[in-house]
Amino acid sequence: MMSHRKKPSNAHGSSQSTSNAGPTATQEEEDDATFTQPSTMQVQKGLEKLTPAQVDQKTAEVVQYFLVKDQKKIPIRRADLVKHVVKEYRNIYPEIMKRAARTFDQVFGLKMVEIDPKNHLYILINKLEPVTGASPITNPTNPKLGLLFVILSVIFMKGGVVRESVVWKILKNLGVDIGEKHEEFGDSKKVVIEEFVRQRYLEYVRIPHTEPVEHQFRWGQRAEVEVSKPNILLFMGALHGQEPQSWSQQYQEAHRAPNSSQSGTSSQR
Amino acid sequence: MSRQMGDSHRRFLQTMMANGMVDEQGAKRVYQYCCEIHNTQHAPDKLDDFIETINSKLQPMFMNIRKGMSEESGDQFYALVNMAETHVTRMTSDYADNELELFRKTLDLIVYSEKGNASSTDILNSADTMTTKKLKKSETQQLLNRLVHDNWLNEKRGEYTLSTRCIIEMEPYIRTMYQDQVKVCHICRNIAFQCQICENPTCGIKIHNPCVARYYKGKAEPRCPACEDFWPHEIPEVRRPRSQSRK
Repeated sequence: MMSHRKKPSNAHGSSQSTSNAGPTATQEEEDDATFTQPSTMQVQKGLEKLTPAQVDQKTAEVVQYFLVKDQKKIPIRRADLVKHVVKEYRNIYPEIMKRAARTFDQVFGLKMVEIDPKNHLYILINKLEPVTGASPITNPTNPKLGLLFVILSVIFMKGGVVRESVVWKILKNLGVDIGEKHEEFGDSKKVVIEEFVRQRYLEYVRIPHTEPVEHQFRWGQRAEVEVSKPNILLFMGALHGQEPQSWSQQYQEAHRAPNSSQSGTSSQR
Repeated sequence: MSRQMGDSHRRFLQTMMANGMVDEQGAKRVYQYCCEIHNTQHAPDKLDDFIETINSKLQPMFMNIRKGMSEESGDQFYALVNMAETHVTRMTSDYADNELELFRKTLDLIVYSEKGNASSTDILNSADTMTTKKLKKSETQQLLNRLVHDNWLNEKRGEYTLSTRCIIEMEPYIRTMYQDQVKVCHICRNIAFQCQICENPTCGIKIHNPCVARYYKGKAEPRCPACEDFWPHEIPEVRRPRSQSRK
């Protein structure tokens, strides 16, 4: 399956055709996003040439790579994974990914999710039920997550999309002025429109025909799978001294039965 | 004897991943909490068995939850460590090649030092003999600040020591690299940097400061456990465990 960006995407899910050059292609051809999935036959033959220890080692490296990247909330790009980790084992790539997924599930309670089937981007999400209430130990608090949560709440309460000016105003009321250097965040605007967007927590999109240019915010793919909407309402309720149900529209939205494959009750880890 | 992993184990592991290192009291609380949430039987004195179950499943990934001691407080900690020498381990993914070289030089200075520390002057000077892309003095200082911030080194009054997390995570690496040149504590058998040394030239055993405190507590006249010579160093007080600290 070609994932070359210039061609129109015709793939969702993993077709394992070998319509193009298979593992016999030259290094240069394979060294970017033009990775082709090997066929089941090729995987089988590839496995025969390797010892179980070699396959286990490579699986371990893939698992490590995912964990390290995911800790920084950076989505894992398949092309990078193949280039930097899988390397000469690319002919058994599907088998390695299958084993890695099984490891994440059984050992870590995590699920590998392809948030972008076109560009082959993966993240890890929590399979364990989120727990409300205090943690038995103080987690190292990341103030950026607090900032993020406020922004996600604003977007959610406003129906899923909000102009950037609204967000900046609310942040300013909370003491985060994007015009000034912030003691904790430094360049707060950069954190919001670059870091959070890169991490796929937010989307920051130009509003057409605006002069001067204005953007709007939406939840990003990672927020959709990681952040629990009922928790947002609990947060808002605590903030305003109200019951979550008092925002009836948002309450319905938050407790709507999910129509996507992922139930949106995973919480931020 | 490894039981199957359940959600209580997975949640404990996720907590370790989120925190990197947890003190012993904290680990016990997390263990209890995880068992309660998932309605699993919880035996307070079976924490190490519980962790062993997790470790048996982590082993194919070259990962491990290891126990170690702070050389300063004597507190016990659990840390999730990486035992693979591949290019994807946490430190190698966060630092450039020349930064890693400087870290290894710092490690050399600390291992071969008497007191388990290296002065910032000595570290800055060691940058002169780098074989990878040389670091300027200011870059070296920035790197040291980063290493402290990322909890690989501790700094006090211009002297750098290895953090507890660093020692726990790198013990196998250090033992392999330095073999019998690294000091080992006579009492607990772990590698030792900040320690006391028997002054008998034919003996010379080392004991961690907290291990000295525990070993000699209540003893009227301290004597070397190996050669029985008088132990001339000041015996520190036994420190009580503090709750969650970042060392």
